[in-house]
Amino acid sequence: MNLEPYRKIAFDGLWKNNQALVALLGLCPLLAVSNSVVNSLGLGLATTVALLFSNSIVSLIRNRVSHEVRLPVFVLVIAANVTVIELLMNAFFHDLHKILGIFIPLIVTNCAIIGRAEAFASRNTVGKSLADGFFTGTGFTLALVALGALREIIGTGTLFAKADLMFGDVAKNWSIEVFHDYGGFLLAILPPGAFIGLGLIIAVKNVLDERAAQAVKVL
Amino acid sequence: MRFSTAPSPHLAPPNSVSLIMLQVLAALVPGIIALAWQFGPGVLINILIALITAEMAEAGVLRLRQRPVLSALRDYSAVLTAVLLAVSLPPLAPWWLTAFGTSFAIVIAKQLYGGLGYNPFNPAMVGYAVLLISFPRYMTAWLSPIDLTSAVPGFADTLALIFQQGSSQSFDGLAQATPLDTFKTQLGLARNVDEIQSAGIFGALAGQGWQWVNVWYLVGGLWMLHRGVIAWQIPAGFLGGLFLIALLFFMFDPATHPTPLFHLLGGATMLGAFFIATDPVTASITPRGRLIYGSFIGLLVFIIRSWGGYPDGVAFAVLLMNLAAPTLDHYTRPRVYGHSR
Repeated sequence: MNLEPYRKIAFDGLWKNNQALVALLGLCPLLAVSNSVVNSLGLGLATTVALLFSNSIVSLIRNRVSHEVRLPVFVLVIAANVTVIELLMNAFFHDLHKILGIFIPLIVTNCAIIGRAEAFASRNTVGKSLADGFFTGTGFTLALVALGALREIIGTGTLFAKADLMFGDVAKNWSIEVFHDYGGFLLAILPPGAFIGLGLIIAVKNVLDERAAQAVKVL
Repeated sequence: MRFSTAPSPHLAPPNSVSLIMLQVLAALVPGIIALAWQFGPGVLINILIALITAEMAEAGVLRLRQRPVLSALRDYSAVLTAVLLAVSLPPLAPWWLTAFGTSFAIVIAKQLYGGLGYNPFNPAMVGYAVLLISFPRYMTAWLSPIDLTSAVPGFADTLALIFQQGSSQSFDGLAQATPLDTFKTQLGLARNVDEIQSAGIFGALAGQGWQWVNVWYLVGGLWMLHRGVIAWQIPAGFLGGLFLIALLFFMFDPATHPTPLFHLLGGATMLGAFFIATDPVTASITPRGRLIYGSFIGLLVFIIRSWGGYPDGVAFAVLLMNLAAPTLDHYTRPRVYGHSR
Protein backbone atom coordinates (compact mmCIF):
# COMPACT_ATOMS: atom_id res chain seq x y z
CA MET A 1 0.00 0.00 0.00
CA ASN A 2 1.35 3.36 -0.98
CA LEU A 3 1.54 5.61 2.06
CA GLU A 4 2.87 8.70 0.31
CA PRO A 5 -0.53 10.42 -0.33
CA TYR A 6 -1.52 9.74 3.27
CA ARG A 7 1.64 11.39 4.52
CA LYS A 8 0.78 14.46 2.46
CA ILE A 9 -2.79 14.42 3.82
CA ALA A 10 -1.45 14.26 7.37
CA PHE A 11 1.01 17.10 6.86
CA ASP A 12 -1.62 19.26 5.15
CA GLY A 13 -4.24 18.67 7.81
CA LEU A 14 -1.99 19.10 10.80
CA TRP A 15 0.25 21.91 9.69
CA LYS A 16 0.50 23.22 6.14
CA ASN A 17 -3.21 23.75 5.57
CA ASN A 18 -4.35 23.79 9.19
CA GLN A 19 -8.00 24.80 9.07
CA ALA A 20 -7.75 27.13 12.07
CA LEU A 21 -4.31 28.67 11.57
CA VAL A 22 -3.97 28.84 7.80
CA ALA A 23 -7.41 28.55 6.22
CA LEU A 24 -8.89 30.52 9.14
CA LEU A 25 -12.08 28.49 8.91
CA GLY A 26 -14.38 27.67 11.80
CA LEU A 27 -13.28 30.72 13.74
CA CYS A 28 -16.67 31.38 15.36
CA PRO A 29 -16.64 28.33 17.67
CA LEU A 30 -12.85 28.50 17.89
CA LEU A 31 -12.87 32.00 19.31
CA ALA A 32 -15.98 31.54 21.41
CA VAL A 33 -15.21 28.44 23.45
CA SER A 34 -11.43 28.38 23.64
CA ASN A 35 -11.30 29.88 27.11
CA SER A 36 -10.06 26.69 28.75
CA VAL A 37 -8.31 23.51 27.70
CA VAL A 38 -11.25 21.28 28.55
CA ASN A 39 -13.76 23.33 26.58
CA SER A 40 -11.37 23.45 23.63
CA LEU A 41 -10.75 19.73 23.74
CA GLY A 42 -14.48 19.01 23.95
CA LEU A 43 -15.35 21.13 20.96
CA GLY A 44 -12.28 19.97 19.03
CA LEU A 45 -13.14 16.29 19.48
CA ALA A 46 -16.79 16.88 18.56
CA THR A 47 -15.66 18.67 15.41
CA THR A 48 -13.22 15.88 14.58
CA VAL A 49 -15.91 13.22 14.92
CA ALA A 50 -18.25 15.30 12.77
CA LEU A 51 -15.51 15.63 10.16
CA LEU A 52 -14.83 11.88 10.14
CA PHE A 53 -18.47 11.01 9.57
CA SER A 54 -19.25 13.74 7.08
CA ASN A 55 -16.09 13.13 5.06
CA SER A 56 -16.69 9.40 4.78
CA ILE A 57 -20.39 9.72 3.94
CA VAL A 58 -19.81 12.47 1.42
CA SER A 59 -17.07 10.39 -0.17
CA LEU A 60 -19.37 7.35 -0.34
CA ILE A 61 -22.14 9.22 -2.13
CA ARG A 62 -19.88 11.45 -4.22
CA ASN A 63 -20.68 9.67 -7.50
CA ARG A 64 -24.46 9.64 -6.95
CA VAL A 65 -24.95 13.32 -6.12
CA SER A 66 -25.19 15.61 -9.12
CA HIS A 67 -23.01 18.67 -9.16
CA GLU A 68 -25.92 21.11 -8.92
CA VAL A 69 -27.39 19.88 -5.66
CA ARG A 70 -24.19 18.84 -3.91
CA LEU A 71 -24.04 21.68 -1.38
CA PRO A 72 -27.53 21.14 0.09
CA VAL A 73 -26.85 17.42 0.21
CA PHE A 74 -23.54 17.97 2.03
CA VAL A 75 -25.19 20.29 4.50
CA LEU A 76 -27.92 17.73 5.18
CA VAL A 77 -25.31 15.02 5.76
CA ILE A 78 -23.34 17.24 8.12
CA ALA A 79 -26.46 18.36 9.96
CA ALA A 80 -27.56 14.78 10.52
CA ASN A 81 -24.11 13.85 11.84
CA VAL A 82 -23.93 16.81 14.14
CA THR A 83 -27.40 16.13 15.50
CA VAL A 84 -26.32 12.60 16.41
CA ILE A 85 -23.13 13.91 18.05
CA GLU A 86 -25.06 16.54 19.96
CA LEU A 87 -27.53 14.01 21.32
CA LEU A 88 -24.68 11.67 22.29
CA MET A 89 -22.82 14.45 24.08
CA ASN A 90 -25.97 15.49 25.85
CA ALA A 91 -26.33 11.92 27.08
CA PHE A 92 -22.75 11.12 28.08
CA PHE A 93 -21.06 14.48 28.74
CA HIS A 94 -24.04 16.41 29.97
CA ASP A 95 -22.14 19.08 31.96
CA LEU A 96 -19.68 19.77 29.16
CA HIS A 97 -22.62 19.91 26.76
CA LYS A 98 -24.21 22.56 28.94
CA ILE A 99 -21.05 24.71 28.84
CA LEU A 100 -20.47 24.38 25.11
CA GLY A 101 -24.18 24.98 24.57
CA ILE A 102 -25.12 26.42 21.20
CA PHE A 103 -21.66 25.81 19.75
CA ILE A 104 -22.25 22.07 19.39
CA PRO A 105 -25.24 22.45 17.02
CA LEU A 106 -23.33 25.26 15.35
CA ILE A 107 -20.68 22.77 14.19
CA VAL A 108 -23.09 22.34 11.26
CA THR A 109 -22.15 25.76 10.04
CA ASN A 110 -18.42 25.28 10.66
CA CYS A 111 -16.90 26.19 7.31
CA ALA A 112 -14.01 23.83 7.91
CA ILE A 113 -16.35 20.83 7.63
CA ILE A 114 -18.24 21.85 4.51
CA GLY A 115 -14.90 23.05 3.15
CA ARG A 116 -13.33 19.61 3.51
CA ALA A 117 -16.45 17.94 2.12
CA GLU A 118 -16.40 20.14 -0.97
CA ALA A 119 -12.65 20.38 -1.48
CA PHE A 120 -11.57 16.88 -0.58
CA ALA A 121 -14.17 14.25 0.23
CA SER A 122 -16.27 14.82 -2.88
CA ARG A 123 -13.22 14.10 -5.05
CA ASN A 124 -11.41 11.31 -3.23
CA THR A 125 -11.87 7.73 -2.11
CA VAL A 126 -13.36 6.84 1.26
CA GLY A 127 -10.03 5.84 2.76
CA LYS A 128 -8.33 9.08 1.86
CA SER A 129 -11.36 11.10 2.96
CA LEU A 130 -11.36 9.40 6.33
CA ALA A 131 -7.66 10.14 6.74
CA ASP A 132 -8.25 13.73 5.70
CA GLY A 133 -11.12 14.05 8.19
CA PHE A 134 -8.98 12.62 10.96
CA PHE A 135 -5.93 14.79 10.36
CA THR A 136 -7.85 17.96 9.58
CA GLY A 137 -9.89 17.46 12.73
CA THR A 138 -6.81 16.74 14.78
CA GLY A 139 -5.10 19.83 13.43
CA PHE A 140 -8.15 21.90 14.31
CA THR A 141 -8.28 20.34 17.77
CA LEU A 142 -4.59 20.98 18.40
CA ALA A 143 -4.89 24.64 17.43
CA LEU A 144 -7.99 24.93 19.59
CA VAL A 145 -6.27 23.30 22.57
CA ALA A 146 -3.17 25.48 22.15
CA LEU A 147 -5.33 28.59 22.20
CA GLY A 148 -7.35 27.22 25.11
CA ALA A 149 -4.20 26.47 27.12
CA LEU A 150 -2.78 29.92 26.41
CA ARG A 151 -5.97 31.66 27.47
CA GLU A 152 -6.50 29.47 30.52
CA ILE A 153 -2.96 29.93 31.84
CA ILE A 154 -2.95 33.69 31.30
CA GLY A 155 -6.55 34.23 32.25
CA THR A 156 -6.96 32.16 35.38
CA GLY A 157 -3.52 30.72 36.09
CA THR A 158 -4.70 27.10 35.89
CA LEU A 159 -4.53 24.27 33.37
CA PHE A 160 -7.01 21.40 32.85
CA ALA A 161 -9.49 22.92 35.28
CA LYS A 162 -12.81 21.02 35.38
CA ALA A 163 -11.30 18.08 33.51
CA ASP A 164 -13.85 15.87 35.28
CA LEU A 165 -16.53 17.25 32.94
CA MET A 166 -14.92 15.22 30.23
CA PHE A 167 -12.98 12.37 31.78
CA GLY A 168 -15.23 11.55 34.72
CA ASP A 169 -14.43 11.55 38.40
CA VAL A 170 -10.87 10.25 37.88
CA ALA A 171 -9.94 13.68 36.58
CA LYS A 172 -11.23 15.62 39.58
CA ASN A 173 -7.74 16.67 40.66
CA TRP A 174 -6.05 16.99 37.28
CA SER A 175 -6.24 20.74 37.53
CA ILE A 176 -2.77 22.25 37.66
CA GLU A 177 -2.23 25.56 39.35
CA VAL A 178 0.40 27.19 37.18
CA PHE A 179 0.68 30.39 39.19
CA HIS A 180 -0.04 30.62 42.89
CA ASP A 181 -2.22 33.45 44.18
CA TYR A 182 -2.97 34.59 40.67
CA GLY A 183 -5.44 37.45 40.57
CA GLY A 184 -6.68 36.51 37.13
CA PHE A 185 -6.44 38.44 33.91
CA LEU A 186 -9.95 38.91 32.59
CA LEU A 187 -8.94 40.08 29.12
CA ALA A 188 -7.58 36.66 28.17
CA ILE A 189 -10.87 34.99 29.14
CA LEU A 190 -13.03 37.57 27.37
CA PRO A 191 -13.43 37.61 23.56
CA PRO A 192 -10.53 40.05 22.87
CA GLY A 193 -8.16 37.50 24.41
CA ALA A 194 -9.27 34.95 21.81
CA PHE A 195 -8.52 37.30 18.92
CA ILE A 196 -5.17 38.45 20.31
CA GLY A 197 -4.18 34.90 21.26
CA LEU A 198 -5.09 33.46 17.85
CA GLY A 199 -3.17 36.29 16.16
CA LEU A 200 -0.09 35.52 18.22
CA ILE A 201 -0.32 31.77 17.52
CA ILE A 202 -0.64 32.42 13.77
CA ALA A 203 2.37 34.76 13.97
CA VAL A 204 4.43 32.07 15.70
CA LYS A 205 3.43 29.54 13.03
CA ASN A 206 4.43 31.92 10.25
CA VAL A 207 7.80 32.57 11.89
CA LEU A 208 8.44 28.83 12.18
CA ASP A 209 7.49 28.32 8.51
CA GLU A 210 9.75 31.14 7.42
CA ARG A 211 12.70 29.74 9.37
CA ALA A 212 12.10 26.29 7.88
CA ALA A 213 11.97 27.75 4.37
CA GLN A 214 15.21 29.62 4.96
CA ALA A 215 16.90 26.52 6.33
CA VAL A 216 15.94 24.67 3.14
CA LYS A 217 17.35 27.51 1.02
CA VAL A 218 20.65 27.45 2.87
CA LEU A 219 20.97 23.72 2.30
CA MET B 1 33.70 73.25 -0.64
CA ARG B 2 30.25 72.04 0.29
CA PHE B 3 27.72 73.97 2.26
CA SER B 4 25.53 72.01 4.58
CA THR B 5 22.60 74.34 3.98
CA ALA B 6 20.37 73.82 0.99
CA PRO B 7 19.71 76.60 -1.54
CA SER B 8 17.15 79.23 -0.60
CA PRO B 9 14.40 79.75 0.48
CA HIS B 10 15.59 79.05 3.99
CA LEU B 11 12.45 78.11 5.81
CA ALA B 12 12.82 75.99 8.90
CA PRO B 13 10.22 73.25 9.04
CA PRO B 14 7.65 74.58 11.49
CA ASN B 15 7.01 71.28 13.20
CA SER B 16 8.77 67.97 13.53
CA VAL B 17 7.35 64.91 15.28
CA SER B 18 9.43 65.47 18.38
CA LEU B 19 8.59 69.18 18.54
CA ILE B 20 4.86 68.44 18.35
CA MET B 21 5.14 65.74 20.99
CA LEU B 22 7.11 68.08 23.27
CA GLN B 23 4.49 70.81 22.90
CA VAL B 24 1.70 68.37 23.73
CA LEU B 25 3.68 67.22 26.77
CA ALA B 26 4.19 70.82 27.87
CA ALA B 27 0.46 71.46 27.49
CA LEU B 28 -0.25 68.53 29.77
CA VAL B 29 1.75 70.03 32.64
CA PRO B 30 -0.99 72.25 34.16
CA GLY B 31 -3.41 69.34 34.18
CA ILE B 32 -0.85 67.05 35.80
CA ILE B 33 -0.11 69.66 38.47
CA ALA B 34 -3.84 69.94 39.16
CA LEU B 35 -4.09 66.16 39.44
CA ALA B 36 -1.17 66.02 41.86
CA TRP B 37 -2.64 68.88 43.89
CA GLN B 38 -6.07 67.27 44.14
CA PHE B 39 -5.20 63.58 44.44
CA GLY B 40 -1.71 63.49 45.90
CA PRO B 41 1.63 62.64 44.30
CA GLY B 42 0.50 59.23 43.01
CA VAL B 43 0.09 60.51 39.47
CA LEU B 44 3.73 61.61 39.36
CA ILE B 45 4.95 58.18 40.42
CA ASN B 46 2.64 56.58 37.85
CA ILE B 47 4.11 58.80 35.14
CA LEU B 48 7.62 57.79 36.15
CA ILE B 49 6.77 54.07 36.09
CA ALA B 50 5.01 54.43 32.75
CA LEU B 51 7.91 56.38 31.23
CA ILE B 52 10.49 53.78 32.21
CA THR B 53 8.32 50.91 30.98
CA ALA B 54 7.46 52.63 27.72
CA GLU B 55 11.05 53.41 26.81
CA MET B 56 12.16 49.90 27.71
CA ALA B 57 9.32 48.29 25.75
CA GLU B 58 9.90 50.54 22.74
CA ALA B 59 13.64 49.87 22.72
CA GLY B 60 13.09 46.14 23.16
CA VAL B 61 10.62 45.79 20.29
CA LEU B 62 12.65 48.01 17.98
CA ARG B 63 15.70 45.83 18.60
CA LEU B 64 13.66 42.72 17.83
CA ARG B 65 12.37 44.36 14.66
CA GLN B 66 15.93 45.40 13.78
CA ARG B 67 15.01 49.06 13.47
CA PRO B 68 17.08 52.04 14.65
CA VAL B 69 16.37 52.42 18.36
CA LEU B 70 17.74 55.79 19.35
CA SER B 71 16.03 57.93 16.74
CA ALA B 72 12.66 56.39 17.62
CA LEU B 73 13.23 56.97 21.31
CA ARG B 74 14.07 60.61 20.63
CA ASP B 75 10.79 61.44 18.92
CA TYR B 76 8.98 61.41 22.30
CA SER B 77 5.96 59.55 20.92
CA ALA B 78 6.42 56.71 23.42
CA VAL B 79 6.85 59.31 26.16
CA LEU B 80 3.55 60.92 25.22
CA THR B 81 1.74 57.57 25.15
CA ALA B 82 3.15 56.77 28.58
CA VAL B 83 2.14 60.11 30.09
CA LEU B 84 -1.36 60.02 28.57
CA LEU B 85 -1.94 56.56 29.97
CA ALA B 86 -0.46 57.41 33.36
CA VAL B 87 -2.66 60.46 33.89
CA SER B 88 -5.75 58.37 33.12
CA LEU B 89 -4.92 55.79 35.79
CA PRO B 90 -6.04 56.09 39.41
CA PRO B 91 -3.29 57.68 41.54
CA LEU B 92 -2.87 54.58 43.68
CA ALA B 93 -2.77 52.06 40.84
CA PRO B 94 -0.33 49.27 41.76
CA TRP B 95 2.97 49.52 39.90
CA TRP B 96 2.43 46.35 37.85
CA LEU B 97 -0.88 47.73 36.56
CA THR B 98 0.82 50.81 35.14
CA ALA B 99 3.75 48.81 33.80
CA PHE B 100 1.52 46.20 32.17
CA GLY B 101 -0.82 48.75 30.58
CA THR B 102 2.07 50.75 29.18
CA SER B 103 3.89 47.79 27.73
CA PHE B 104 0.65 46.51 26.18
CA ALA B 105 0.07 49.93 24.66
CA ILE B 106 3.58 50.14 23.21
CA VAL B 107 4.19 46.54 22.19
CA ILE B 108 0.79 45.39 20.94
CA ALA B 109 -1.14 48.55 20.10
CA LYS B 110 1.77 50.46 18.56
CA GLN B 111 4.76 48.36 17.49
CA LEU B 112 2.98 45.20 16.36
CA TYR B 113 0.95 47.33 13.95
CA GLY B 114 4.15 48.79 12.51
CA GLY B 115 5.19 51.53 14.91
CA LEU B 116 4.55 55.26 14.94
CA GLY B 117 2.27 56.31 12.11
CA TYR B 118 0.86 52.86 11.38
CA ASN B 119 -1.21 52.14 14.46
CA PRO B 120 -4.96 52.29 13.76
CA PHE B 121 -5.83 52.73 17.44
CA ASN B 122 -4.64 55.25 19.98
CA PRO B 123 -2.05 53.21 21.95
CA ALA B 124 -2.66 54.94 25.29
CA MET B 125 -6.40 54.28 25.05
CA VAL B 126 -5.86 50.65 24.05
CA GLY B 127 -3.73 50.26 27.17
CA TYR B 128 -6.40 51.97 29.26
CA ALA B 129 -9.23 49.85 27.83
CA VAL B 130 -7.29 46.63 28.40
CA LEU B 131 -6.67 47.59 32.02
CA LEU B 132 -10.26 48.70 32.59
CA ILE B 133 -11.65 45.46 31.18
CA SER B 134 -9.14 43.22 32.92
CA PHE B 135 -8.79 44.84 36.34
CA PRO B 136 -11.98 46.83 36.99
CA ARG B 137 -11.46 46.73 40.77
CA TYR B 138 -8.23 48.71 40.60
CA MET B 139 -9.28 50.92 37.73
CA THR B 140 -12.45 52.37 39.24
CA ALA B 141 -11.05 53.18 42.68
CA TRP B 142 -9.92 56.79 42.77
CA LEU B 143 -8.92 58.87 45.77
CA SER B 144 -11.03 61.61 47.26
CA PRO B 145 -9.91 65.00 45.99
CA ILE B 146 -8.31 67.35 48.49
CA ASP B 147 -11.37 69.63 48.31
CA LEU B 148 -13.31 66.90 50.09
CA THR B 149 -10.86 65.34 52.47
CA SER B 150 -7.79 66.31 54.41
CA ALA B 151 -6.45 62.80 54.21
CA VAL B 152 -4.72 62.83 50.85
CA PRO B 153 -1.85 60.39 51.36
CA GLY B 154 1.66 61.82 51.42
CA PHE B 155 4.57 60.83 49.24
CA ALA B 156 5.84 57.96 51.38
CA ASP B 157 2.38 56.49 51.84
CA THR B 158 1.64 56.73 48.14
CA LEU B 159 4.89 55.00 47.28
CA ALA B 160 4.16 52.22 49.77
CA LEU B 161 0.64 51.73 48.39
CA ILE B 162 1.78 51.67 44.77
CA PHE B 163 4.48 49.12 45.47
CA GLN B 164 2.13 47.30 47.83
CA GLN B 165 4.38 47.39 50.84
CA GLY B 166 3.03 47.83 54.34
CA SER B 167 1.46 51.24 54.86
CA SER B 168 -0.36 53.03 57.61
CA GLN B 169 -3.33 53.42 55.28
CA SER B 170 -5.13 50.75 53.36
CA PHE B 171 -6.04 51.00 49.72
CA ASP B 172 -9.72 50.27 50.28
CA GLY B 173 -9.94 52.82 53.06
CA LEU B 174 -8.73 55.60 50.77
CA ALA B 175 -10.35 54.61 47.53
CA GLN B 176 -13.58 56.23 46.48
CA ALA B 177 -15.80 56.19 43.44
CA THR B 178 -15.43 59.09 41.02
CA PRO B 179 -18.32 61.55 40.67
CA LEU B 180 -19.30 60.00 37.34
CA ASP B 181 -19.31 56.57 38.97
CA THR B 182 -21.34 57.79 41.95
CA PHE B 183 -23.79 59.45 39.62
CA LYS B 184 -24.36 56.26 37.69
CA THR B 185 -24.77 54.07 40.79
CA GLN B 186 -27.11 56.52 42.50
CA LEU B 187 -29.26 56.96 39.41
CA GLY B 188 -29.50 53.19 39.34
CA LEU B 189 -30.96 53.39 42.84
CA ALA B 190 -33.69 55.67 41.51
CA ARG B 191 -32.40 58.82 43.19
CA ASN B 192 -32.79 62.06 41.29
CA VAL B 193 -30.13 64.58 40.47
CA ASP B 194 -30.89 66.93 43.39
CA GLU B 195 -30.56 64.16 45.95
CA ILE B 196 -27.26 63.00 44.47
CA GLN B 197 -25.88 66.52 44.38
CA SER B 198 -26.70 67.10 48.03
CA ALA B 199 -24.18 64.35 48.87
CA GLY B 200 -21.44 66.96 48.56
CA ILE B 201 -19.17 65.41 46.00
CA PHE B 202 -20.16 68.02 43.44
CA GLY B 203 -18.50 71.41 43.39
CA ALA B 204 -19.43 74.72 41.86
CA LEU B 205 -18.98 73.58 38.27
CA ALA B 206 -18.89 69.79 38.25
CA GLY B 207 -17.44 67.00 40.38
CA GLN B 208 -15.28 68.26 43.25
CA GLY B 209 -11.61 68.16 42.36
CA TRP B 210 -12.35 66.92 38.85
CA GLN B 211 -13.58 70.33 37.77
CA TRP B 212 -10.16 71.89 38.39
CA VAL B 213 -8.28 69.11 36.67
CA ASN B 214 -10.51 69.55 33.63
CA VAL B 215 -10.19 73.34 33.67
CA TRP B 216 -6.40 73.07 33.63
CA TYR B 217 -6.46 70.52 30.84
CA LEU B 218 -8.65 72.99 28.97
CA VAL B 219 -6.04 75.72 29.50
CA GLY B 220 -3.31 73.45 28.14
CA GLY B 221 -5.51 72.51 25.21
CA LEU B 222 -6.26 76.12 24.33
CA TRP B 223 -2.53 76.85 24.38
CA MET B 224 -2.00 74.00 21.89
CA LEU B 225 -4.74 75.44 19.68
CA HIS B 226 -3.05 78.81 19.86
CA ARG B 227 0.29 77.28 18.87
CA GLY B 228 -1.33 75.41 16.00
CA VAL B 229 -0.31 72.01 17.34
CA ILE B 230 -3.80 70.59 17.00
CA ALA B 231 -6.66 71.48 14.67
CA TRP B 232 -9.72 73.10 16.24
CA GLN B 233 -12.23 70.79 14.58
CA ILE B 234 -11.76 67.74 16.79
CA PRO B 235 -12.03 69.40 20.23
CA ALA B 236 -14.80 71.67 18.95
CA GLY B 237 -16.71 68.72 17.55
CA PHE B 238 -16.15 66.62 20.69
CA LEU B 239 -17.14 69.32 23.20
CA GLY B 240 -19.92 70.69 20.99
CA GLY B 241 -21.41 67.27 20.36
CA LEU B 242 -21.23 66.32 24.03
CA PHE B 243 -22.68 69.68 25.10
CA LEU B 244 -25.59 69.58 22.66
CA ILE B 245 -26.70 66.04 23.43
CA ALA B 246 -26.27 66.60 27.17
CA LEU B 247 -28.25 69.85 26.94
CA LEU B 248 -31.02 68.12 25.02
CA PHE B 249 -31.45 65.42 27.65
CA PHE B 250 -31.01 67.88 30.51
CA MET B 251 -33.81 70.09 29.19
CA PHE B 252 -35.97 67.08 28.48
CA ASP B 253 -35.56 65.48 31.90
CA PRO B 254 -33.41 67.40 34.41
CA ALA B 255 -34.30 64.99 37.22
CA THR B 256 -32.25 62.12 35.87
CA HIS B 257 -29.64 63.88 33.74
CA PRO B 258 -26.79 66.02 35.06
CA THR B 259 -26.12 69.47 33.63
CA PRO B 260 -24.12 69.72 30.40
CA LEU B 261 -21.38 71.44 32.39
CA PHE B 262 -21.04 68.34 34.57
CA HIS B 263 -20.33 66.34 31.44
CA LEU B 264 -17.92 68.91 30.00
CA LEU B 265 -15.88 69.27 33.20
CA GLY B 266 -16.27 65.74 34.51
CA GLY B 267 -14.25 62.59 34.01
CA ALA B 268 -11.78 62.61 31.16
CA THR B 269 -13.67 65.00 28.87
CA MET B 270 -11.04 67.73 28.48
CA LEU B 271 -8.14 65.30 28.45
CA GLY B 272 -9.93 63.35 25.75
CA ALA B 273 -10.99 66.33 23.67
CA PHE B 274 -7.62 68.06 23.45
CA PHE B 275 -5.00 65.38 24.05
CA ILE B 276 -6.38 61.99 23.12
CA ALA B 277 -8.88 62.41 20.30
CA THR B 278 -6.46 64.74 18.50
CA ASP B 279 -3.73 62.12 18.08
CA PRO B 280 -2.62 62.83 14.48
CA VAL B 281 -2.04 59.16 13.63
CA THR B 282 -5.38 57.71 14.59
CA ALA B 283 -7.76 60.64 14.08
CA SER B 284 -9.45 61.73 10.89
CA ILE B 285 -7.30 64.14 8.84
CA THR B 286 -9.72 66.08 6.63
CA PRO B 287 -11.36 69.21 8.09
CA ARG B 288 -14.92 67.98 7.71
CA GLY B 289 -13.90 64.48 8.72
CA ARG B 290 -12.39 65.85 11.92
CA LEU B 291 -15.56 67.69 12.78
CA ILE B 292 -17.66 64.55 12.30
CA TYR B 293 -15.06 62.42 14.10
CA GLY B 294 -15.04 64.76 17.10
CA SER B 295 -18.78 65.13 17.38
CA PHE B 296 -19.38 61.39 17.18
CA ILE B 297 -16.88 60.89 20.00
CA GLY B 298 -18.82 63.43 22.06
CA LEU B 299 -22.07 61.65 21.26
CA LEU B 300 -20.61 58.24 22.12
CA VAL B 301 -19.16 59.55 25.39
CA PHE B 302 -22.61 60.73 26.44
CA ILE B 303 -24.20 57.44 25.41
CA ILE B 304 -21.63 55.32 27.24
CA ARG B 305 -21.77 57.51 30.35
CA SER B 306 -25.56 57.45 30.44
CA TRP B 307 -26.39 53.90 29.49
CA GLY B 308 -23.12 51.97 29.24
CA GLY B 309 -21.61 49.55 31.70
CA TYR B 310 -18.65 51.74 32.63
CA PRO B 311 -18.71 55.13 34.37
CA ASP B 312 -16.67 56.98 31.75
CA GLY B 313 -16.57 56.33 28.05
CA VAL B 314 -13.86 58.50 26.53
CA ALA B 315 -11.49 55.61 25.89
CA PHE B 316 -14.11 53.42 24.24
CA ALA B 317 -15.56 56.31 22.25
CA VAL B 318 -12.13 57.28 20.91
CA LEU B 319 -11.28 53.68 20.01
CA LEU B 320 -14.60 53.21 18.20
CA MET B 321 -14.12 56.37 16.19
CA ASN B 322 -10.50 55.41 15.43
CA LEU B 323 -12.09 52.51 13.55
CA ALA B 324 -14.28 54.92 11.58
CA ALA B 325 -11.54 57.45 10.79
CA PRO B 326 -10.33 55.92 7.48
CA THR B 327 -13.91 55.75 6.19
CA LEU B 328 -14.55 59.35 7.25
CA ASP B 329 -11.39 60.45 5.44
CA HIS B 330 -12.49 58.63 2.32
CA TYR B 331 -15.87 60.35 2.14
CA THR B 332 -14.80 63.83 3.22
CA ARG B 333 -11.85 64.40 0.92
CA PRO B 334 -11.65 68.13 0.26
CA ARG B 335 -12.13 69.35 -3.30
CA VAL B 336 -8.85 69.94 -5.07
CA TYR B 337 -8.69 73.53 -6.37
CA GLY B 338 -9.57 73.62 -10.04
CA HIS B 339 -11.22 70.23 -10.04
CA SER B 340 -14.86 69.45 -9.69
CA ARG B 341 -15.91 66.98 -7.05
